[in-house]
Amino acid sequence: MTSLTLVRRIAARPSIVFDALTTPEGIACWWGPDGGPVLLAETDPRVGGRFRVRFRMLDGSEHESSGEYLEVVRPKRLAMSWRWEGGEDARESRVEIDLRPIAEGTELTFTHSRLRDEETRRRHEQGWNGSLDKLERHFLALSNGGRHDQA
Amino acid sequence: MVNHYERLDRTFAALVDPTRRAILARLEREDGASVSALAKPFAIKLPAVMKHLDVLDDAGLITRSKAGRTVTVRLSPEPMREAMDWLRRYERFWSASLDRLAAYAERKEAEARKRDR
Repeated sequence: MTSLTLVRRIAARPSIVFDALTTPEGIACWWGPDGGPVLLAETDPRVGGRFRVRFRMLDGSEHESSGEYLEVVRPKRLAMSWRWEGGEDARESRVEIDLRPIAEGTELTFTHSRLRDEETRRRHEQGWNGSLDKLERHFLALSNGGRHDQA
Repeated sequence: MVNHYERLDRTFAALVDPTRRAILARLEREDGASVSALAKPFAIKLPAVMKHLDVLDDAGLITRSKAGRTVTVRLSPEPMREAMDWLRRYERFWSASLDRLAAYAERKEAEARKRDR
């Protein structure tokens, strides 16, 4: 629960999904929390290369995030650092995406983690157990009846 | 003064450890427990448990109150709620984005198949 994990099964081969994730043309078609437009997308998908994406939300607000590609293994895995530009939360977080070929195409596992430290993150993954999921539900019930699907 | 994001980092760092998560889960069930009762299920010594409690206390995840010789530990929900809010904001962003990513990739796949035919 110190990270967000989402899984999608996509009817497209991993190389197509990977390119959608890393090319400016691809990013322009999907990036952002609502249907607002992507205003700028720059990518340099190799280790040490950077990305920068600016989008406008339907409420008119504009947001920009950028980061560095940390792992680039086409068409299997992508890891990058993540930072909002100009926001109060200038800390870097970490995004990881794994693509696994399945019969109908690709299973995409997405993780956004606030923890940057590799070792800490591994311990987190290993030590995960059901007890805290329950705790999490408890707090979600407390905070405006929100929902937090992991799928 | 500790700002919001430093506190958030502290919360997430505190939540990383399985023993600390187990302590929190227990406090959620029991609404307060003594330090010795909390230490009992773990194969670690009391001082080690105390250290975990210090970390949780620093992150604001628990409160400790002393009555006589007994220290009672209670869950303090606010930092956890902030951490959940942080996760939820990202969830909204990524969940919608990944849905559109999937739709886009599936369109590209259909185009590629048409070309291959």
